[in-house]
Amino acid sequence: MTPPKTSSKTSSSDKATSAKKLELLFEIGCEEIPAGMLPRAEEELKVIIEKLLTTENLTQGVTVETFAAPRRLTAWVRGLPVKQADVVSEVTGPPKSVAYDAQGQPTRAALSFAEKQNIRLVDVYLVQTPKGEYLAAKHTKRGRTSEQILAEMLPRVIHDLTWPRSMTWTGLDGARFIRPIRWIVATLGGKPMHFTFGGVSAGNVTRGHRFLGSGAITVTTFADYEKKLRANGVIVKPADRLAKIERELAAATKRNGYKLHYDPELLKLVVYLNEFPSVLEGTFDEKFLALPDEILITVMRDHQKYFALERKNGELAPNFLAIINLAKDTKGLVADGHERVLRARFADAQFFWESDQKCRLADYLPKLAKVTYESRLGSYADKVERIRDISRWLVEHWTSLGTAKAHVADADRAAELAKCDLAAEMVREFTELQGIVGGLYARAQGESNDVADAIYDHYRPVGLDDPIPRNVIGCAVSIADKLDSIVGCFAVGVVPTGSSDPYALRRAALGIVKVILDRKLPLPLHNAVSTATKALLHHQPKLAAPAAQEAQAFEFILDRAKYVFREKYGFAYDEVNAVFRSGVDDLLDAQRRLEALKSVRKSKNFEPLAVSFKRIRKILEKANLKDGGAVNPELFENDAERELFKSGREAAARVQTEKRAGHYDRALDQIAGLRKSVDRFFEDVMVMAENEAVRKNRLALLSELLREFTTIADFSEFGADER
Amino acid sequence: MKAKAKLEAKPRGLDFQDLILKLSHFWVKQGCVLQQPYDVEVGAGTMHPETFLRVLGPQPYRVAYVQPSRRPADGRYGENPNRLYKHMQFQVILKPAPVDVQDVYLQSLAAIGIELKEHDIRFEEDNWESPTLGAWGIGWQVLLDGLEITQFTYFQQSGGLDLDPISVELTYGLERICAFLQNVESVYDLRWSADKSYGDIRLAEEQQLSEYSFDRSDAAAIRQEFELHEKEAKELLEAFKQTEGKATSRFPVLAAYDHCLKCSHLFNMLDARGVISTTERAALMGRVRNISCRTAAAYLQQIGGPAQRREVLA
Repeated sequence: MTPPKTSSKTSSSDKATSAKKLELLFEIGCEEIPAGMLPRAEEELKVIIEKLLTTENLTQGVTVETFAAPRRLTAWVRGLPVKQADVVSEVTGPPKSVAYDAQGQPTRAALSFAEKQNIRLVDVYLVQTPKGEYLAAKHTKRGRTSEQILAEMLPRVIHDLTWPRSMTWTGLDGARFIRPIRWIVATLGGKPMHFTFGGVSAGNVTRGHRFLGSGAITVTTFADYEKKLRANGVIVKPADRLAKIERELAAATKRNGYKLHYDPELLKLVVYLNEFPSVLEGTFDEKFLALPDEILITVMRDHQKYFALERKNGELAPNFLAIINLAKDTKGLVADGHERVLRARFADAQFFWESDQKCRLADYLPKLAKVTYESRLGSYADKVERIRDISRWLVEHWTSLGTAKAHVADADRAAELAKCDLAAEMVREFTELQGIVGGLYARAQGESNDVADAIYDHYRPVGLDDPIPRNVIGCAVSIADKLDSIVGCFAVGVVPTGSSDPYALRRAALGIVKVILDRKLPLPLHNAVSTATKALLHHQPKLAAPAAQEAQAFEFILDRAKYVFREKYGFAYDEVNAVFRSGVDDLLDAQRRLEALKSVRKSKNFEPLAVSFKRIRKILEKANLKDGGAVNPELFENDAERELFKSGREAAARVQTEKRAGHYDRALDQIAGLRKSVDRFFEDVMVMAENEAVRKNRLALLSELLREFTTIADFSEFGADER
Repeated sequence: MKAKAKLEAKPRGLDFQDLILKLSHFWVKQGCVLQQPYDVEVGAGTMHPETFLRVLGPQPYRVAYVQPSRRPADGRYGENPNRLYKHMQFQVILKPAPVDVQDVYLQSLAAIGIELKEHDIRFEEDNWESPTLGAWGIGWQVLLDGLEITQFTYFQQSGGLDLDPISVELTYGLERICAFLQNVESVYDLRWSADKSYGDIRLAEEQQLSEYSFDRSDAAAIRQEFELHEKEAKELLEAFKQTEGKATSRFPVLAAYDHCLKCSHLFNMLDARGVISTTERAALMGRVRNISCRTAAAYLQQIGGPAQRREVLA
């Protein structure tokens, strides 16, 4: 037997991988899924399918699209191969010299290699490697068909979808999903696939609209599915439903001459609330227009999901547009029904408005003692006491600085009345109107505009795009309320984790940051947090917040501020970190430092200097030197050290002056000017000198530089990537 | 859609009592036992033992009944057209939940004269929870042209115990549905029978019980009653623990539950009177939950059901 010829690696030559491509139609048929969850589910379905296809090596030329409607999640996957490519792998064994003896006969080593690889000896071959010729064996893993793979994969897809709160409908051992799954469609190349999930067998039968369509529709491809469902009252693609709604809204407003009270969130919601959305026009009695617009719109939007309409002059019209899940309202019964419901809701609101007016806002104050804020933090009556302390402190601080002109008495009044509407019938019924109702009542009852507006606005801002309170008292009460929530909750250990933030503390911190920055309010945050801590101690429940928790609350607010500087102001990640690492107390000051840093950063000396600072920090960390001690010029051995010391001291004095004048950019320029001396120092000086005294002195010099020149921003943070 | 269609004359809707009869008939045909309202004050049909206890354990069960439900804080002295101290629920429990339960439910609407294709009917997310019963479920409120007419819930837990099988609970708001059918604006204008209105029959009760619960009830006495009922429930549950063998099946666990219901109602009375502070409120609710959960566990043991896998609430 002669040794086999050396063969090079064979690549996959897979005849089965034909040009034929398959299409997958996959639908999870469900009882009504909450509309608010559908956009995310639609996105997640796509991500999961793509991820699982990737692990199966099935993504080449494949496109995945997903669509959601109340009773179905649909995936349309195109370009799937009939089967996976075969995967060929090669295993090398002993070298030729070991595998064959002098006569060219296979040795024990060759035999055992073949045996181990589970192939016949005639099938092993030699392969050329940089180290010489080696024995090798080839293994081919046959690709499985897409059908086999998908039949295993699709149940997993359903399983992997995540929901805020899932349920079981067949018992504890049964499947879990957001609502019961009642049918599954899975066709590959138009033909039904076979698998089950949660006791439901996949097939090629879908269901139409509950009332407009058939309960059993046989489908093949996605095009067939989309067309047949359309004929059965279901518009599969959300974009098509949106287009229909927008078209009909436009037609309706054109017809009645009104303007739509545009509401993008409501628009998105109704797209996912209906399988066949149609616009329905309704009217209500003009007498209800006497109620404030805020109340009318809230009732229409939040409770009934109706669009409000405006007249040309911007006033509300006694009309609304509802989106119904039907093609038409032939007998007018639907419009009549919706109008009846709205009438009852408005009548309720009117009743609350009138009965609430029977007493004054301040009369509700004692009732707040019965409205819990947080069990350990007491009632809203307690919270009001604390808010008043904090907002008073804020207003006094700003008036003393001359930042704002406001009367402490107004701030007290606004703080005192801010939460009163929580006990009013109107807010107990329409909770989303908290603050707004209080402001409206305050105005109706003759409080000053400043106080009424402050009450109205004090929950603001609720997000980065929400406006801040209109006047400075509103800003004070808004900050005070949020600060109390954060400090109080941290004190009792209610700290946001992951997706859990029951008291919306992240939003509160964001609100504080936004008010300060938008309104340009100077505020020493440390003092603000300790004022809130004092209020917690002085008023019920008289809690002493541990220092660690207080510090945690402070850091929590700074963390949101960093986020705002990055996301809203566009500062780079390392710029924000550099400034915050050097210590931040006042956010306006931090903003000025960031702006200076951003502009100076472009100058030629700056980035190289930052690199040197990073080097200094590393040297000091390595030397484990906490405090360098005083520099002793007597111990300098080298001109470069002397020069750096001198120019450092001179620059430090100038930096101080500029900083005091608020010229952070000029101060940074001064620092940048040190580059030459620093570079020379590192070229000429060996920091870790043999002589201990000399070495320590050099470290002290570096330590002084770092201390003096990182008070505006710590450049050693520069260049660090986003973690 | 074209401009608003002209409203055609609506048919004369069912009388209140006929609505009850139609629903009863429909659900009896679906295999439900037709039960009667429970004779202890409850805040919702869920608290009737035919729901709270029957959903526990493995035995299949189907039941329907009307349950007058007292919510003292919702009373409006008979002056509000939609809000009542006591309203009537029609309650259906299907255990286990059938796969076509939504369709069957919609047929029940057709049975009371609602033309399904002529209305905007939808299932809108609304999960249900009763902290005092340690019970919760996943489901919807059913909207008929924007009006909430039914609470539709797949029960997940009752008395703090995981349920297996899962029951579905349908709670119809009878006054609302009837007002819709009869096209009236005030509940008191509903025709109860051919010659009696809802107001004829119930207005005085609304006026008097609102006045009692808001203005005249004796809070101190109610607190004492609460203590007494709680004590008796606890003593019974404690005694049950000591009971063995044959005596177990005759032991009055159901009486413990009656005391639990009393506590729940008395709590509602105190709440309506406005005498409960924030901390006390949470504490009282916790006490009711404690006995309701213990009652559920005792009931399950008594009927010999399998030990539930997870007791979430002690």
